[in-house]
Amino acid sequence: MEFLSDIASLINSTLRISTPLVFAAMAGIFAERSGVIDFSLEGKMLMAAFVAAVGSYYLGNPWLGLLLAIIVCVCLSMLHGFASVTHKGDQVVSCVAINILIIGLTTALAAAWFGQAGLTPTLNEDQRFLEIHLPFADALRDIPVIGTLYSDILSGHYVFVYLAYLSVPLVFWIVFKTSFGLRLRAVGENPSAVDTAGINVFTMRYKALAINGVLIAFAGAHLSTAVNANFFREMSAGRGYLALAAMIFGKWHPKTALIACLLFGFTDALQIRLQGVELPAIGEIPVQLIQALPYILTVVLLAGFVGKAIAPNAIGQPYIKER
Amino acid sequence: MVSPILELTDINKSFGHVQANKNINLKINKGTIHGIIGENGAGKSTLMSIVFGLYQANSGSIKINGKEINLRSPRDSIINGIGMVHQHFMLVENFTVLENIILGFEGETVFGEKLQKAKEDLEKLCQTYNFNIDLDATISDLSVGFRQRVEILKSLYRGAEILILDEPTGVLTPQEVDELFKILRSLKDEGKTIVLITHKLIEIMDLTSEVSVMRQGEMVGHTKTEDTSKEQLAEMMVGRSVLLRVDKKEIKKGETIFKVNNLSVKDDLDVTRVKDVNLEICSGEILGIAGVTGNGQTELLEALSGIRKVESGSIELFGEKISDQNNFLNPRMLKEKGLAHVPEDRQRMGLISDFKAHENLIFGYHDQEPYSKSAILNNKEITEYSNKVMQEYDVRPNSPNLITSNFSGGNQQKIILSRELNENPKVLLVGQPTRGVDIGAIEFIHQRLIDMRDKGAAILLASVELDEILSLSDRIIVMFDGKIVGEKENKNVTDRELGLLMAGVA
Repeated sequence: MEFLSDIASLINSTLRISTPLVFAAMAGIFAERSGVIDFSLEGKMLMAAFVAAVGSYYLGNPWLGLLLAIIVCVCLSMLHGFASVTHKGDQVVSCVAINILIIGLTTALAAAWFGQAGLTPTLNEDQRFLEIHLPFADALRDIPVIGTLYSDILSGHYVFVYLAYLSVPLVFWIVFKTSFGLRLRAVGENPSAVDTAGINVFTMRYKALAINGVLIAFAGAHLSTAVNANFFREMSAGRGYLALAAMIFGKWHPKTALIACLLFGFTDALQIRLQGVELPAIGEIPVQLIQALPYILTVVLLAGFVGKAIAPNAIGQPYIKER
Repeated sequence: MVSPILELTDINKSFGHVQANKNINLKINKGTIHGIIGENGAGKSTLMSIVFGLYQANSGSIKINGKEINLRSPRDSIINGIGMVHQHFMLVENFTVLENIILGFEGETVFGEKLQKAKEDLEKLCQTYNFNIDLDATISDLSVGFRQRVEILKSLYRGAEILILDEPTGVLTPQEVDELFKILRSLKDEGKTIVLITHKLIEIMDLTSEVSVMRQGEMVGHTKTEDTSKEQLAEMMVGRSVLLRVDKKEIKKGETIFKVNNLSVKDDLDVTRVKDVNLEICSGEILGIAGVTGNGQTELLEALSGIRKVESGSIELFGEKISDQNNFLNPRMLKEKGLAHVPEDRQRMGLISDFKAHENLIFGYHDQEPYSKSAILNNKEITEYSNKVMQEYDVRPNSPNLITSNFSGGNQQKIILSRELNENPKVLLVGQPTRGVDIGAIEFIHQRLIDMRDKGAAILLASVELDEILSLSDRIIVMFDGKIVGEKENKNVTDRELGLLMAGVA
């Protein structure tokens, strides 16, 4: 019985830990399917975390914090678009610039506003998102299996966790079942084909980037107004890059990217769980090694363990209409 | 009088300092096949891209059925009944035929009813024109000929009354060209108007009823096709009379000096592209390799010239083994042994486009006297040599200090040719020597190759232009899917026979 509850809590934390990765990976799918590399998921997630925490602190409502984060992230995406779509700059350079800008900006603004470098005040219960307990969760807890599944795994998450997993089928539907999705995929594969079909390539890429901005804001808000009750320095901790890896590993498909995110989330949950635990025959594994697990996994997976990932054909190339 | 379906008046268009179209006037009548002929860079494609709304003219007006219209994007043109089949197909390769055709004209936000209706309509269209296309096939699985039909179908589905085709036959086998022409004629019979952009005179004579000639961005003449001849059109295109046929002496075949045994070569993706190829070339002989692009010619030439590793088999020069799977001589050593290479991709491998002409002219010899001494370049010698050789090869403009990318394709090719022929090579490997080269320069390049042959060089010529293979080669081999599928003496062989081999059906 204890084993079962161990598993349940492991799955529970996997779902929670994967949440920002899922949002970021879905955001990445929109940008990259349209042909724009998005390395700046990391920076935007960090910015969203900061803006959500600050917004919620001043406005007293986490939803308003989220709204502000969305606005700011969309603006950052537009900035990326302005540099790399309109002015045909190098997309990677534009992303790196955004990332560096935001690491510095968040730290500096926190210092200026709250007197502590890279730290925002702790949010109270009204200013942050709380765990949602599904109806009858307590009543059903004692029913074997179903009870565990419902009460311990499905219930008791932040709203973002539910939204993240709902976003996956939604993204799938948009990308593969709508005319917008068809155009989105086409513009990342062969922008000339889109242009000659009478669709504006630049507008399409900006639209994709706008959606990207909205989605990534959720990831950041999850970090600073749900799981934690404040923003701290570099709190995104490479999740943006990890999500990018998951998206590539998932071959730019929402479903497979989700699986990759869950895999990364699972190894992370596992490493937390394994810290200080004596394993039979092996003994205690050094904490550093365990913590490195998700990153080692990333490298191994991306080093071709899962076969060649084929990127959208026109990714990274600015569209130049006239020669 | 009925007004023409398409009328262009005083169209001007420049890209930076280059004026691609100067005061163009053109009238195209409904229900005709109208040819627009001109050399590469004459401005044909630019003009048609303006008509298609892809580029915007700097000035001038466009009328359709006598009504002036403003074309700001391809959408405007499509709505006005203009369709265009581009030289490089505008298809998304990993999409299905259906997805490519409806792209931009889905008619609904979420796929459903309209998609079904589109499918039915398209099936009907396919039947009408006998297209035989599977709408659910993925583009990357289709042959070039079929992709072109998808492009035509796409335009028709979008309601094109005027169909513009930009160099449609460049990538097709002769049989596929026949099929295409059949389709175009039946479209004409249906009352559609066809505009055919080409640099091939024979296509104009075969297919069109009216023809307009462009030269250096200007429209230099309009005529009915029946009132003109190939020679006359060529003269209009180039601005002087040209020799359309190559004069070639009887072959004086020497001994075999270049030999390839059971050669296999893989490409960068580890796919075997050359499969068990055997060939021999004698001195004083031109061996032509015919084949549709992408059947292993590129990899074969690269392996022979020492830029690509040999997977198995060997290459012999003067009876000495120069390459096998274990070791191979690099291009420099090969050059010292008398092998020269004019690569098919001029921009990528033949030249450093950002360098000045004189630098490209001596590249590869730059560390030898007199061009350099003790590792320091001798600019005076280089300039003197460059001036001399550019005159000899008629490179225009004759300015060694001009950046190479500013020269036209033909002149760039002459720069490469002069460099490679400089040391009188015994073996010459040539890939696509006249791709993107104007008629005047083609004449010159062909003559140079013939001269080399008459001087006793062994020449391997790979080209996708059948006419070129037929007019230059003494012997012809055909490559299909990496294998040599046929070998013919160039006597009485027709392009039809070669075409069947190229398509892999004979």
